[in-house]
Amino acid sequence: MRDPLSGTIRNIAPSGIRKFFDLVAEMPDAISLGVGEPDFDTPWHVRDEGIYALEKGRTFYTANAGLKELRQEIAAYLKRRQNLTYDPIKEVLVTVGGSEAIDLAMRAMLDAGDEVLIPEPSYVSYVPCAILAGGRPVSIPLQEKNSFRLTPEELEAHITDKTKLLVLPFPNNPTGAILEQKDLEAIAPIIQAHDLYVLSDEIYGELTYSGGRHISIAEQPGMQERTILINGFSKAYAMTGWRLGYACGPAEILSQMTKIHQFAIMCAPTTSQYAAVEAMKNGDQDVAQMRESYNQRRRFLLHELREMKLPVFEPLGAFYVFPNISGFGMGSTEFCEKLLQEEKVAVVPGNAFGDSGEGFVRISYAYSLEALKKALERIRRFLEKH
Amino acid sequence: MREELLHIIERNSRIALSELAIILGVTEEQVLNTLSELESEGIICGYHTLIDWEKTAVEKVTALIEVRVAPQRGQGFDSIAERIYKYPEVNSVFLISGGFDLMVTLEGKTLKEVAGFVSDKLSTLDSVLSTATHFILKKYKDHGTILEKKQEDKREKISP
Repeated sequence: MRDPLSGTIRNIAPSGIRKFFDLVAEMPDAISLGVGEPDFDTPWHVRDEGIYALEKGRTFYTANAGLKELRQEIAAYLKRRQNLTYDPIKEVLVTVGGSEAIDLAMRAMLDAGDEVLIPEPSYVSYVPCAILAGGRPVSIPLQEKNSFRLTPEELEAHITDKTKLLVLPFPNNPTGAILEQKDLEAIAPIIQAHDLYVLSDEIYGELTYSGGRHISIAEQPGMQERTILINGFSKAYAMTGWRLGYACGPAEILSQMTKIHQFAIMCAPTTSQYAAVEAMKNGDQDVAQMRESYNQRRRFLLHELREMKLPVFEPLGAFYVFPNISGFGMGSTEFCEKLLQEEKVAVVPGNAFGDSGEGFVRISYAYSLEALKKALERIRRFLEKH
Repeated sequence: MREELLHIIERNSRIALSELAIILGVTEEQVLNTLSELESEGIICGYHTLIDWEKTAVEKVTALIEVRVAPQRGQGFDSIAERIYKYPEVNSVFLISGGFDLMVTLEGKTLKEVAGFVSDKLSTLDSVLSTATHFILKKYKDHGTILEKKQEDKREKISP
């Protein structure tokens, strides 16, 4: 029989996180700090709107780009939170999670051989999506000494004639790094000088702890016209299972993304879209409360890890800390496997998020303080042994 | 910091001072000062424990009593409310908008005891016009805490 598979798919490595997941799955009594989603339930008033939509029989397709009302709410939200103006009809697309938006943006923008700059460590899907779109992913390894922020020098050093797109994954999973106004100011002129586009994945945008709000690259002068801003409901509103995200950007690009979305997906789930309208209209308070809880856990986790003499930079976004474990004479994978076997605590090896994550582990604080305490006790015991 | 501190101890008043300092990102001294400020301002009124008495051997009945009263000149509802809340068996007294005036919750050992309180003490007060007593059969959620179900983590153990 002939090979049923394409060469492209054979060449994409399986997600590094998958292997570890299988290991943890065999250990039902393990405590996990390996989850990349909120521990909160979706706020009840949002769930209630979803139920109401079902009761009312709102079970049909919506417009391809999403409910008009939802797109208007998204545009209003971006105006209110970030002072960005988008046309809800031509410049907003509702997608199946932020992940679909990443895929669509790459497919709409890349030709064979176009290079995509991907700062790493970062979320696992940018590289495969770039490859599937025919592009060539180019990693920019970020440095702990820069708090895993992208510096203008690092950016400049990786740009070639073929570079077309820069992925900006901030606030970052897995490092918890953010980019602030001064960082964005420093890279924007380089992006413009080399005529690059930006895929700005701001799914953790509501979860920053620097005191100020999250700032988008699209807010920098001359940048909105070359930025696809991606966000969604999963992290901010604890709505991961609803699978709902969105992309905003220049109409020329958005219309082509909508074309692919129309052929591949039709439209995002209708129930979820009605629930999301409620989240955008009346959810600001929920977001603020969850952010407050995450920040308390972040401070607690950071304090405890530093007490254990584990080197860790202060993350100011998302819900992860990314301690440096290179002093233990083990690689990330070995460290995580041993921690799992000896103390039954699951954290994720940093190299699952790119080679530059080697020497680090990702610890999630999307857990109650009680759960964190229990796990930290075991981690302390583990560190004392090694 | 004041509001955030209140949010935390409203859910868990037994949290250690040292832990409060860590999660709020301030010193223990600052926490202590803020706590005593809040106490002296009467914002923090007490540190109670939420007990599900149903699960103990202690017999208890709780009643919710709607009370209609005639407000008194110059004092409104305050003096009648005071008459009622001074009884130690009265748990709470709220002034309510709508079809009645005061909502009184009451704890007694038996139905008879509660009924006795209503007929002998409450109804006989001069300004009380009428009462309606409701007995609580089961508490599902109290002070923001669900009493029955234990919450479990429904998430996959590892996700990117």
